[in-house]
Amino acid sequence: MTIRVRYFAALREQMGRAEEQLAFEDLASVADVWKAVCRGKRLPEDVLCAVNMDYAGADTPVKDGDEVAFFPPVTGG
Amino acid sequence: MLIEIRSEAFDPLAELSRYQDASLPTARIGALAVFIGTMRDFNEGSSVHKMTLEHYAGMTERQLQTIVDEARNRWPFDDALVIHRVGELFPADPIVLVAVWSSHRGTAFDACRHILEALKHRAPFWKKESLEQGERWVRTNTDGHAPPPSP
Repeated sequence: MTIRVRYFAALREQMGRAEEQLAFEDLASVADVWKAVCRGKRLPEDVLCAVNMDYAGADTPVKDGDEVAFFPPVTGG
Repeated sequence: MLIEIRSEAFDPLAELSRYQDASLPTARIGALAVFIGTMRDFNEGSSVHKMTLEHYAGMTERQLQTIVDEARNRWPFDDALVIHRVGELFPADPIVLVAVWSSHRGTAFDACRHILEALKHRAPFWKKESLEQGERWVRTNTDGHAPPPSP
């Protein structure tokens, strides 16, 4: 399976990249995707997640072709 | 109903009258509530000479549409206009315009406020401030004196 992972704002700068493609067979949830890109670290509470441009939680399932995004709390308006 | 993300400076009052003239039967509308947010040249004790607004293209538009739809279900207003800037902004530049047209003031005020507060909590935009001593990301929203809407 392939997952497109995107990062925004301060998290994009911390990761040093705006996006990447993950090709693993054992990614079941958003938490698994985070662990895969952060070498096993737990998903911090102040990181927000989206799957296919809808807000998601750590337990939200992911499937082949999904776009998963991680970003800090939003500050528009 | 119009929701737009703009990468260039815009004039909120000109946008308002253009949209109203083109789209609204004003004789039937009794109330227009408007919020315009502009860039300040200070924040948290520092002067800010520039701001860069980043967004998640696609998700931002979808969130804004959901927020406007939710507000319209709760307060059945006639029309709404939402414009939000991204890119480089300078002090006094408009950041956001939220306008709601309705038959009565209660609906217009409530829906306008709900859309703005929900936008601030849920629409994926991020502000980065340029200060004399470097740059910093804005970490949290200020208190809008209303409870945040449930996501």
